[in-house]
Amino acid sequence: MSEPLIYEISRAGRRAVSLPACDVPEAPFPADAVRADLPLPEVSEIDVVRHYTRLSQLNHSIDTGFYPLGSCTMKYNPKVNEVAARLPGFASLHPLQDALSAQGAMALIHSLQELLAEIAGFSAVTLQPAAGAHGELTGVLIMRKYLYDRGETQRDIILVPDSAHGTNPATTSMSGLKVMVVPSDARGNVNLEILRSLTAKHGPHLIGLMLTNPNTLGLFDENVEEVVRLVHEAGGLVYGDGANFNAILGIAKPGLLGFDVMHYNLHKTFSTPHGGGGPGSGAVGVAAFLADYLPGPIVVRDEDDEYAWQMPAKSIGRVKAFWGNFAVLVRAYTYIRMHGAEGLRQVSENAVLNANYLQARLRDVYPIPHSDRTCMHEFVAQGKLEGAPGINTMDIAKRLMDFDFHPPTVYFPLIVAEALMVEPTETESKETLDAFADTLIRIAEEARTDPELLKTAPHHAPVKRLDEVKAAKDMVLCYGPGCGG
Amino acid sequence: MNYIPNTDADRADMLAVIGVPSVADLFHDVPEKQRFPELDLPPALSEMEVLQELQALADENDDLNHVSCFLGAGAYNHFVPSVVDSLIRRGEFYSAYTPYQAEISQGTLQAHFEYQSMICALTGMETSNVSHYDGATATAEAVIMALQVGRGKRSKVVLSPTLHPQYRAVVRTYTQGMGIQIAGEDAPLGDLAALAGPAGADSACVVVQNPDFLGRLYTPAEMQGLADKVHAAGAFFIVVTDPVSLGLFVPPGQYGADVVCGEGQPMGNALSFGGPYLGFFATKLSEVRKSSGRIVGQTVDTDGKRGFVLTLSTREQHIRREKASSNICSNQALNALAAAMYLAAMGKYGLRTVAELSYHKAHYAAGLIAALDGYEVKAAGLFFKEFVVRCPKPVALINQALLDEFGILGGYDLGSDYPELKDHMLLCVTEMNSRAEIKQLVDALEELAGSDDLAALDGEEAAQ
Ligand SMILES: Cc1ncc(COP(=O)(O)O)c(C=O)c1O
Repeated sequence: MSEPLIYEISRAGRRAVSLPACDVPEAPFPADAVRADLPLPEVSEIDVVRHYTRLSQLNHSIDTGFYPLGSCTMKYNPKVNEVAARLPGFASLHPLQDALSAQGAMALIHSLQELLAEIAGFSAVTLQPAAGAHGELTGVLIMRKYLYDRGETQRDIILVPDSAHGTNPATTSMSGLKVMVVPSDARGNVNLEILRSLTAKHGPHLIGLMLTNPNTLGLFDENVEEVVRLVHEAGGLVYGDGANFNAILGIAKPGLLGFDVMHYNLHKTFSTPHGGGGPGSGAVGVAAFLADYLPGPIVVRDEDDEYAWQMPAKSIGRVKAFWGNFAVLVRAYTYIRMHGAEGLRQVSENAVLNANYLQARLRDVYPIPHSDRTCMHEFVAQGKLEGAPGINTMDIAKRLMDFDFHPPTVYFPLIVAEALMVEPTETESKETLDAFADTLIRIAEEARTDPELLKTAPHHAPVKRLDEVKAAKDMVLCYGPGCGG
Repeated sequence: MNYIPNTDADRADMLAVIGVPSVADLFHDVPEKQRFPELDLPPALSEMEVLQELQALADENDDLNHVSCFLGAGAYNHFVPSVVDSLIRRGEFYSAYTPYQAEISQGTLQAHFEYQSMICALTGMETSNVSHYDGATATAEAVIMALQVGRGKRSKVVLSPTLHPQYRAVVRTYTQGMGIQIAGEDAPLGDLAALAGPAGADSACVVVQNPDFLGRLYTPAEMQGLADKVHAAGAFFIVVTDPVSLGLFVPPGQYGADVVCGEGQPMGNALSFGGPYLGFFATKLSEVRKSSGRIVGQTVDTDGKRGFVLTLSTREQHIRREKASSNICSNQALNALAAAMYLAAMGKYGLRTVAELSYHKAHYAAGLIAALDGYEVKAAGLFFKEFVVRCPKPVALINQALLDEFGILGGYDLGSDYPELKDHMLLCVTEMNSRAEIKQLVDALEELAGSDDLAALDGEEAAQ
């Protein structure tokens, strides 16, 4: 199974589109500005269709199989979302057309701002950020600007737990701030003692703390209120990384737990597809005292009951052109409207139930550092098997592919050696979970009896194990003739 | 309606295996007072009802199927061949995620490798990433890359005043914590040479848009002239461009650009009220390790067969954390895939035809409008598909009348971004505008110039 590159199926003279004849007088081209050649492929329409159809068949996807990629919430993406986003009244709307000619779209944005605020307990929401990391940057810039406006310009540190996703520290440096790492304790919570000493020592220099809760171990921090209190007491603010919000819809509201800012990952929690890596949406919610700092414009309802764009008074500025990933917002809106309060709570209850069930089925076979606790929507196991010293997490992950399962997230969080981070989501059935658990148990057995089978896996994927070192060394990053024009 | 397959019987079985009596018992780590808050949301709808509600919202908008569009300014109404949306709807593409596990993600990886190849072909550069969020953030990322290369010694960023105003705003937002200085925005509009002035030993980069926000196209010689001065100052030359213009014109890679980036929406992506789009980002091989965003590289498997993987990840947040070149994680992968499908379908000649049609039609429209009493076409040099028109009345009034009376979406009102361009609109014409539509626009503008109604409205506004 392999598919040639689009350039390799190109034949001079083939065409895949027909365009209209020019119906106006032609204008002369500025000769010195016209390019000599445009090295794009020449293919027919059926070539395009077969090429991309075949390529698609080389992918694992939610639509074709279980995808328990921890931290990514690979839940089923309802087909109605796709229909909704493509309604011509949405898809064929220009972002800069007059607000009065786009009131329906703006009403949807306004509703979604309010729905998201209610679900997480915030006062105001911006839908402009395009992904989780973009929301993080937005949130941290808001915290920074708020504190600096109060004259506290000496503040330049963000506390980041050692379990945090890489985007948290990367966001901190991108915002011109310093990262200080807070270790986790033996139960997987933020280490309170160390946090206390850090806030005592660095209090006046803290912008705040970035906290993922439930955290990347899949655990709801047992001391979350104390963590929040300590940071606030030091004059800092608490940022919530909402990547794991799927665990707590209708279970807890981060705003009421004391979080000041949080990003939502609409592509995770609210079922807009992940698109092979994006697009997403990283909407950001804030407590009332930060509402003026949101990026914008956001949609407000004016005196005439019309929807209008408004830049918040002390805004950090725009984080993106136009208004956000609107077609992603339409999908999230559709999802929330179809669920209602009860439906959303069922989502989280079943996501957590499924994760605990899988954890229970696997805890005697794979080490799971915190299996003494109930997990939330995911848990972290380890690819370290007794009696199979040569086998690591990567081998187990690759062997899973032979059974048509996407592997869990591997080697993250960094604080668990040989991490296998499993997030089943609520849209998977007990049969699927059982089949996955049975397979992992079988692989553990194979690891002892036939380790070579794992070492050389995958055996049934479109390609065998790929050489990443060679890719980084050779740096073949595009196809010959096109490169360099 | 939800999408949960668990039945009550399943739940009971699962709880027994877990060893807790009820689902509620799984949540005892949540502080009791905060547990199970009420969500005040409207009642759930069935699929049929939600579609009806959405259709009603969609119907309130004057979308481009019902009006003719002469609005651009960073988002463009170009034709999207049917194959693009038909293929992009395949669940195998859209319901996958970032191809971390390469062996079962070859479809995405190869398609993105081809995207990179076609972006390089288009821009004349050597490497491309798989996208940033949009043209504005791609520009901000290019600026940050230049600042990182400058290592604090070069902390000035020169932005052309005719770089898209929203892109300039995003660069400001992104860099607000970095202690840098932004210069150049007060240079005379369209004066490339004036941008070389502020570029000195303290400068990290000069960012220029070509064709610029006002539609003006600079020749390769003019651009190369500026590139040489920017390089002499030791700074990066960053060129923001419209990918469709590159179907016809010399690409920035051939006139000295270190980074070529911009909005990729015109390549096969719907307007969708502003997103999702994609920021394309191409650079030289020598700079690729300093750049940000996912990159796909070619390699082999253990049988020696060709395959593709994400590569150069040591630049990225999941490996480098606070030392990463950017915090970007999820990008606009599906939009990049649509762009690749668009470029493949358009091919060598199709994209050129789109660019030529846009060029001819824009020049035809500009010629007719220039001949109207009261209007002046302000095209100081060459242009591609957009041009500035000085209007006899405030642009907002003209646009309102165009839409209400003629079903035409008029041009972008430049007054709010450029006070000196009060009463000036930026018109955009593409292959989607027929000669008849252009004639309607011209006739409507002519009528409105002399219209007393508008004058009355104008008076009303002035009185307010
Ligand atoms: C915990 C956590 N935080 C942040 C992010 C970043 O989100 P995005 O990829 O949407 O930028 C992720 C994404 O995987 C995540 O898992």
